[in-house]
Amino acid sequence: MKFVIKVRLKKGILDPQGKTVNQALHHLGYEQIRDVRIGKLIEVEIDESDPRKARQILEEASQKLLANPVIEDFEIQPEE
Amino acid sequence: MGVKSAVIVFPGSNCDADVYEALRLMGAQVEYVWHKERRLDGYDLVVLPGGFSYGDYLRAGAIARFSPIMQEVVRFARKGGRVLGICNGFQILTEAGLLPGALLRNQNLRFICKFVHVRVENTHTPFTHRIPDQKPLRIPIAHGEGNYFIDAAGLEELEANGQIVFRYATADNRVTPEANPNGSVGNIAGIINREGNVLGMMPHPERAVEALLGSEDGRWVFESLMTG
Repeated sequence: MKFVIKVRLKKGILDPQGKTVNQALHHLGYEQIRDVRIGKLIEVEIDESDPRKARQILEEASQKLLANPVIEDFEIQPEE
Repeated sequence: MGVKSAVIVFPGSNCDADVYEALRLMGAQVEYVWHKERRLDGYDLVVLPGGFSYGDYLRAGAIARFSPIMQEVVRFARKGGRVLGICNGFQILTEAGLLPGALLRNQNLRFICKFVHVRVENTHTPFTHRIPDQKPLRIPIAHGEGNYFIDAAGLEELEANGQIVFRYATADNRVTPEANPNGSVGNIAGIINREGNVLGMMPHPERAVEALLGSEDGRWVFESLMTG
């Protein structure tokens, strides 16, 4: 099965990278774009046919390694 | 004989030789320990050096934290052994949960490599007890991700327990927003665990141990560790 894991900086944590990109967008004339925050998208393939079990494994892996719970939230989504 | 010290070497460590040299200079008995080792016996001090372990992939320190030796480092620390993490070593210690908080990208997004001053906030630790009162240390930083973050409750706890050991300051020892190079919460440059045996710091004391290097202030940290 294939999954996508989105890792985002928690709300309230300043994202200097997103801020800088936002400024660059304004320089390009995209004044309407108000805020940019940058996260990570991790694609995984897993040898597990039970979606519930697969999700459980990925949940654990995200807690342990893929995201740092002190600063990041994550979201696991199956991919068709 | 001197204090028996281990310098852990990860793939991508690049301050290991500097720390080795600094410790040797201060009279320690030093050995390198490769990250694949599973034994860490008979040491008085373990140092996690700076560098870019595993190329900083995923997050700085995130992969190194699962190196075989890290289980031993955690065990060593839980038994009360002294652990010093410098720069990438500090990042690894937070990732491993031995120190609270996390290190984010510098606020200005730049890799910053320069001398800074830090105020010593707590001289009642094995890492700082030899530092003269009110003496700011002039030591270099060299990092892209040194922006220390901890939530408000965590910060309060650090303050209450005297766990903030170093803060970025001016040359005359004042903690000001201008002296903060990377956006760290409360100008924090280094913290210690509650038990007082695990210290993480972003500045590099090993790069300031000889006049030729521009400063000898880093010696105070190692000298503290060599004497009690």
